[in-house]
Amino acid sequence: MFDINLFALFGQLLVGLINGSFYALLSLGLAIIFGLLKIINFAQGALYMLGAFIAFLALKYMGINYWAALIIVPVCVGLVGILMERFLIRPIANEDHLYSLLLTFGLALIIQGAFTHMFGSSGLSYAIPEELKGGNRLPFMYLPNYRAWIIIASVAVCFGTWYMIEKTKLGAYLRAGTENPQLMQAFGINVPLIVTLTFGFGVALAGFAGVMAAPVYSVSPDMGSNILIVVFAIVVIGGMGSIGGAILTGLGMGVVEGLTKYFYPEASTTVIFLVMVIVLLLKPAGLFGKEA
Amino acid sequence: MKTFNKSLTAALVSGVIAATAATSVMAESDGKVKLGILADMGGVYADICGRGCVTAAEMAIEDFGGKALGQPIELVTADSQLKPDIASSIARQWVEADGVDAIGGLVSSAVSGAVSKVNLNAKKLTLISGSASNTFTTKSCNPFNVHWTYNVVALANGTVKPMVQAGKKKWFFITADYSFGHALEGVASKVINENGGEVVGTIRAPLGTTDFSSYVLQAQASGADVVALANAGNDTVNALKTATEFGLTEMMDVAGLLVFTQNAQAMDPAVAGGMRLTTGFYWDMDDKARDWSQRFEERHGSIPSMIHAGVYSATTHYLNAVEASGTEDAAVVIKKMKATKPEDFFSRNAELRADGRMVHDMLSVEIKKSEERKDKNDIYKVISVIPGNEAFSPMLPQCNFS
Amino acid sequence: MTNNQKLNLFLLVLALLAPSVLYPVFLAKVLCFALFACAFNLLLGFVGLLSFGHAAFLGTGGYITGHLMINSGLTPELAILTGTAAGAALGALFGKLAVKREGIYFAMVTLALAQLVFFIYLQAPFTNGEDGMQGVPRGEAFGLIDLSDNLTMYYFVLAIFVFGYWVINRTVHSPFGQILKAIRDNEDRATSLGYDVNRYKWIAFVISAALAALAGSTKTLVFQLASLTDVHWHMSGEVILMTLVGGVGTIFGPVIGAGFIVTMQNYLSGGELGNYIHIIMGVVFVICVLSFRSGIVGQLMKFKRDNFS
Repeated sequence: MFDINLFALFGQLLVGLINGSFYALLSLGLAIIFGLLKIINFAQGALYMLGAFIAFLALKYMGINYWAALIIVPVCVGLVGILMERFLIRPIANEDHLYSLLLTFGLALIIQGAFTHMFGSSGLSYAIPEELKGGNRLPFMYLPNYRAWIIIASVAVCFGTWYMIEKTKLGAYLRAGTENPQLMQAFGINVPLIVTLTFGFGVALAGFAGVMAAPVYSVSPDMGSNILIVVFAIVVIGGMGSIGGAILTGLGMGVVEGLTKYFYPEASTTVIFLVMVIVLLLKPAGLFGKEA
Repeated sequence: MKTFNKSLTAALVSGVIAATAATSVMAESDGKVKLGILADMGGVYADICGRGCVTAAEMAIEDFGGKALGQPIELVTADSQLKPDIASSIARQWVEADGVDAIGGLVSSAVSGAVSKVNLNAKKLTLISGSASNTFTTKSCNPFNVHWTYNVVALANGTVKPMVQAGKKKWFFITADYSFGHALEGVASKVINENGGEVVGTIRAPLGTTDFSSYVLQAQASGADVVALANAGNDTVNALKTATEFGLTEMMDVAGLLVFTQNAQAMDPAVAGGMRLTTGFYWDMDDKARDWSQRFEERHGSIPSMIHAGVYSATTHYLNAVEASGTEDAAVVIKKMKATKPEDFFSRNAELRADGRMVHDMLSVEIKKSEERKDKNDIYKVISVIPGNEAFSPMLPQCNFS
Repeated sequence: MTNNQKLNLFLLVLALLAPSVLYPVFLAKVLCFALFACAFNLLLGFVGLLSFGHAAFLGTGGYITGHLMINSGLTPELAILTGTAAGAALGALFGKLAVKREGIYFAMVTLALAQLVFFIYLQAPFTNGEDGMQGVPRGEAFGLIDLSDNLTMYYFVLAIFVFGYWVINRTVHSPFGQILKAIRDNEDRATSLGYDVNRYKWIAFVISAALAALAGSTKTLVFQLASLTDVHWHMSGEVILMTLVGGVGTIFGPVIGAGFIVTMQNYLSGGELGNYIHIIMGVVFVICVLSFRSGIVGQLMKFKRDNFS
């Protein structure tokens, strides 16, 4: 009996890790936008939903398949983000962070409301691409290929982004440009452009996550609002602004949630807030955040 | 300060007098039939009973001739946002101040419960079409409740009973953790136990869970014959998708206990094809149903769910009773409604029992696989008709309001 | 009488006469939310703390009062008092944990704590989960005044609102309130002047929580219903919107904001525009943030300053 339970537990851990890699992808975008730009983007969930919908529409009306969508959709969503930043967020850039939160919250309501109006609320289905159908029987569970792909793709994108920002010259410019805009401006670097592009990139990650999600979850207007608050909590737990923190916390919280789903499923959507309270009481700046 | 107090008193007194004078005109029987439709216009059940429920009621009024008791029938509509407090405040305003005689539509049991409480106080009719809970004709039954279309008992009897009888004895539940889910699970478990089956495990998943893979794995490990999904809407769609992906559907049966046509349409036929479910209505079941559904589709843009059809049917039956009894007084109208057998494209072998339960034939259907479908609306294959008295539970003596 | 007193008196007369034109239950709802928003604004506007968990207090007041009215035979004013006390106690706990944090972290701690409270109410059997606590009797205030009549209920609510508003007014204009504003404007300076900043924040938090619970308790009596909507984080967001629309940091702003939002929701929930409710709310948010940051009352005051003095 004991070994069966252990097997079941392995299964739960793996499934948790899959969800965690997904969370990591979503929180990464938020963490970049907050960490570098100090913008609290509550529309990230809505843009994730937008990504899934664009993928669906592109397939249905233009025959753009999943693989092409993985490239095209983030670009489209990124462009939406760039427009948002340029025309709505920039005018209030010097106000309290609170206002960017409220503004993007409003934008999220608009986007979600518009999609509910156009596509109804019952959701649409997007098939798993042929190449990733089926799965493998592991000793402790059946692992669908698509789920394995989620881990691989997410971890690759997360690591790549982290490396780019923390280790490359481009990333250094970016960090410097957002930390000390006047100085960089004096060096002749177009800081507003950097800000806009960074925002676009962070948002594009949400679009990417949306495409990744489309084949496994129902594509519906409220898919983003359900997940947003969880992802937000992850960023806070990881330490706002810490890119690596967001990724690791995302993975970790996936596992914690997975275990809760096994032992006490009713609390699976609440456990994350418990963790958040505890972490913030013990480490005010989050697990990987820098103390102010 | 003294003048302040004086003027304050004066203001208080004059205010109270003015206000009492104005609000004492309360709407009693005004000889005018006014119907309220409370639906979910922008939430998760918007496709199930949102604008469509309004359209169905409009059609019923038009088909009735637009007039009752010699005056035009009025229709007011509102969005409950699926929140009982919003619903309760709208209902209150309707029946207390705006002269509404009956409230219909009503999706989500929490909303229906809140409205039913308000209507009982005001002695107005509650024509529930969208909610699943059986509480309105059992635990919280009252003389002004009318429950049309379906309920959890009919769903459980229709879907679960034949499967248990066919030898699927061990059941595992993935239940939405809120009262509708609990009610559905409770009723279904009872049916399973009564027919010699057993429930080997239950998971209560929070409402709006995105990822069901953990639960699917637990279901797989349970050794059950059937995994029952005691949830609705996107939860059902997501759970079923995941079940297929993880190969659960190859090992055991999956039974969706509450699936609406819109959900069935939203699911990939490769995922949902072959699944059995129970419904109160299918647009393609016969000529009469097709006729009406076609008209509905032309106006609304998509085929009707059983709830849309139920709203039309309940509204028509209500209007007939008003006309026949010559008043819109709820206590009189409800008697008439219960004394007359409803009959239309929706209600077959139907009666409105003294407890307010509308009993009619239910359908056991199977979701078609992609190769069986002619077009996007061709989703169900009707397997059998379940007679009303087998689908619904008998009336409780304490709910007999004859 | 000062100009301010005159204005208050005028508004009071308006509130007393309002039921002659408007449906009393609707007015009572506006007052409950107005009190809730004022309580919230005490923190945001006068201490500079953004709580994202105020729904927990609103809901706690509502549930406790509802539970007592159904099960205990207490008179309504005692049930409301107990509900308020429960909110204050919860606020004391939240405050202890949260006031040490600042800015976004303060918002997040309150949000997380409120989510835990939400979970407790979701699971606790006495709340009836998402069906809500229905059929709460209104009872007789002080054992004398039958509240089942909507108009009587409205005046009862008005009395409670005036009391709550008075408490806030007094708090803001007291020496204690001056210290709060000093903390809001420059926390370091307040600390260096020897004030125990966290203690002041904590007291303000408890007052705010208690008044929010008072609003929730009263609301439950009005609608005879307590539900999860009141504890959901959307409610915490809604109260921010009300305050923002009305004017952060003005005493009367939240009242206008609450009135505006409640009226809009009421109006939109019926009729053709119902489909667009979320979109319209979103647009209001965006417009407020982009061009209306000081809110309706804030703009009016600015207009008056610019043109009349």
